[in-house]
Amino acid sequence: MALVLNEEQQMLKESAQGFLAEFAPVSELRKQRDAGSETGYAGNLWGQMVDMGWAAILVPEAYGGLEFGHVGMGQIVEQTGRTLTASPLFATGVLGVTAINGAGSEEQKTELLGAIAGGEITTALAVDEKAHHAPAQVSMAATKQGQGYSLNGHKCFVADGGTADKLIVAARTSGEAGDMQGISLFIVDRAASGVEVERTAMTDGRNYANISFNNVEVADAALLGEEGKGFRALSATLDAGNVYLAAELLGIAQESFDRTLQYLKERKQFGVLIGSFQALQHRAADWWSQVELCKSIVLKALQAMDAADAKVPALASIAKAKLSEVAELATNEAIQMHAGIGMTDEYEIGFFIKRSRPAQTLFGDNSYHTDRFALLNGY
Amino acid sequence: MSDLNTFRQETRDWLEENCPPTMRKPAKGGEEMCWGGRNFKFASEEQKQWMERMGAKGWTAPDWPTEYGGGGLDKAEHKILKEELGRINARSPLDSFGIWMIGPALLKFGSEALKQQHLPPIIRGEIRWCQGYSEPGAGSDLAGLQSKGEDMGDHFIANGQKVWTSYGDKADWMFCLLRTDSEAKKQMGISLVLFDMETPGVTPKPIKLISGSSPFCETFLDDVRVEKDQVVGEVNQGWTIAKYLLTHEREMIGGMGMTDVGSQTLGQVAAKALGVEHGRMNNPLLRAEVAKWEIDGACFALTAERVTDEVKSGHGVGATSAMLKYYGTELNKRRFETLLKVNGSDAMVWEGEASNEGWLPRTWLRTKGNSIEGGTSEIQLNVIAKNILGLG
Repeated sequence: MALVLNEEQQMLKESAQGFLAEFAPVSELRKQRDAGSETGYAGNLWGQMVDMGWAAILVPEAYGGLEFGHVGMGQIVEQTGRTLTASPLFATGVLGVTAINGAGSEEQKTELLGAIAGGEITTALAVDEKAHHAPAQVSMAATKQGQGYSLNGHKCFVADGGTADKLIVAARTSGEAGDMQGISLFIVDRAASGVEVERTAMTDGRNYANISFNNVEVADAALLGEEGKGFRALSATLDAGNVYLAAELLGIAQESFDRTLQYLKERKQFGVLIGSFQALQHRAADWWSQVELCKSIVLKALQAMDAADAKVPALASIAKAKLSEVAELATNEAIQMHAGIGMTDEYEIGFFIKRSRPAQTLFGDNSYHTDRFALLNGY
Repeated sequence: MSDLNTFRQETRDWLEENCPPTMRKPAKGGEEMCWGGRNFKFASEEQKQWMERMGAKGWTAPDWPTEYGGGGLDKAEHKILKEELGRINARSPLDSFGIWMIGPALLKFGSEALKQQHLPPIIRGEIRWCQGYSEPGAGSDLAGLQSKGEDMGDHFIANGQKVWTSYGDKADWMFCLLRTDSEAKKQMGISLVLFDMETPGVTPKPIKLISGSSPFCETFLDDVRVEKDQVVGEVNQGWTIAKYLLTHEREMIGGMGMTDVGSQTLGQVAAKALGVEHGRMNNPLLRAEVAKWEIDGACFALTAERVTDEVKSGHGVGATSAMLKYYGTELNKRRFETLLKVNGSDAMVWEGEASNEGWLPRTWLRTKGNSIEGGTSEIQLNVIAKNILGLG
């Protein structure tokens, strides 16, 4: 398939650009942060996104969705990187839909995917239990008990975990930490008895939570997929998550580049524009080249997901590794080239580095995905 | 059956009949490549047949017009020819600076007479060309070249010295930049001229490189007669054509970052050399280096693909050849540095059969030139900063 957007995808990208610039620009992030917002976004933003159909993009038509595909959704998420827009789009519209559509029963899909598409519920994916991403290391216990399970354990840094209606939780029904076998996925009401949610304030001002599960009772119907065989669906969900985080990081890398290039053309020192200095020109040119590489891998990974290509895991790791590297470069160079003013809270460029690092870290950083890529290639 | 299906079937039949069996596998290194020309020593009778048959059909230059002996194929037909050649694993019938460089420039800028004179022998592989651009005092600052063409009415007398002339000692003709107006601003007084390397006063001398090989020459021009009708485009307007050719060259060199080492990926080569235990390559630092290279290599290959697709679909920016040249050559250098570490002291063996006569260290050293020839990496960054980013 040609590595270009089709007309519909291009239109979606442009309409997302327009919408986000108007309703969720970087200044909105500042407002939410300063107000100590629980969700990280304005109250009606998600409702507007749902009205535009964004929650339904990845939901199959059979379950009331638009089935518009990953390349389309990727364009929106890329734009949210440019505006640093927080919303349930990632945790619900991407992770929730992917997990439920990949592993859910007919009943679960009918009930939950329809509700997501209609904006009635939001979800969050609870995987990691420590500071470093390690999906096979799940040790949270799910013990069979009559017609259901009892969940005990702890999850941390759950994106949107503080507000989501439904938690998709990876727990162990057999084996031990490190085994891929024995991991099961459960859908748990955040409001269920025994679920304790503690909001964690993070660098990017978004909504993360540490969640404790103390004898949380769920029915058999809460099991998403087969008992003990949840790792595959979890892995596919994380692959999707990483491709979309890469798309967001692409937006961050491009926007910080564009803003910095503009600054190089405005700021004068020694009586000339600083963009006339070759020391900065070469760094800008290298940075631009790196961003070009990033555009290609993100689009390729999105297309591969739409085609259900067997290379998705490797492409997801390439995308996340490369974008983590380049977003790090981009946000560091942005501050250095803006210099003093880049260090101030008043100026917006600093917001990009503060979102970039958590996005790089979530579901595995550059080193994690470089290593995973090697492993997938037999070394 | 559609026209294209007919074309495919006819092409397949023709290739079946005309491509000698020994030409249906990749050429091994430089020695097996076919450069053509007056003095070329063919490696085999089949190599000669293959070049001549393809040349006669115009398929050494499939998309050039038939009036000059080209194949006259449109895009769809050209694609089918490539696919059918790939299907039988046929090697290139002719590798030629005539086809890659001066031919396209003649098609775009040359007079009808020049096209009639030069294109047919290029296509048939009868004349081998070399490029006379750089000079001892004009490397990155190419427009500062000093070799002069003195106007003698119906001809020029050329004097000066060219350097980095690829295969200058083996070529039949040179396309050469000369200063034909020393009063004008430096880009404005340059002409692109063509002359036979057998013209009295032309002396190519091979330069030995750090790799031990001599693919380049320095070429001395002493009172060389160049006919006026061998000027491509207008007199003193050669710089535009020179830049067009440089873009072609950049794209060619930039492509090198994508090729595999033989048929194996860097990861496979490294895994074999270092050993794998429990699914992990020994030496975790090198494993990371190899994986990082493969990640960048994949991103680069996809970018070359995307740029091509964008141009095809009419969305192209068209200014990305500098980026591909810059990144592709840096990537190629990195790959060979990693290969060296992966192979340890084996990688330093310079002679002997076991090392394939030092293929690795010699090729590694040769890659150092990738980011110099056709414009250094620093020049490419200048081009990006100026032409794409608008930084003055």
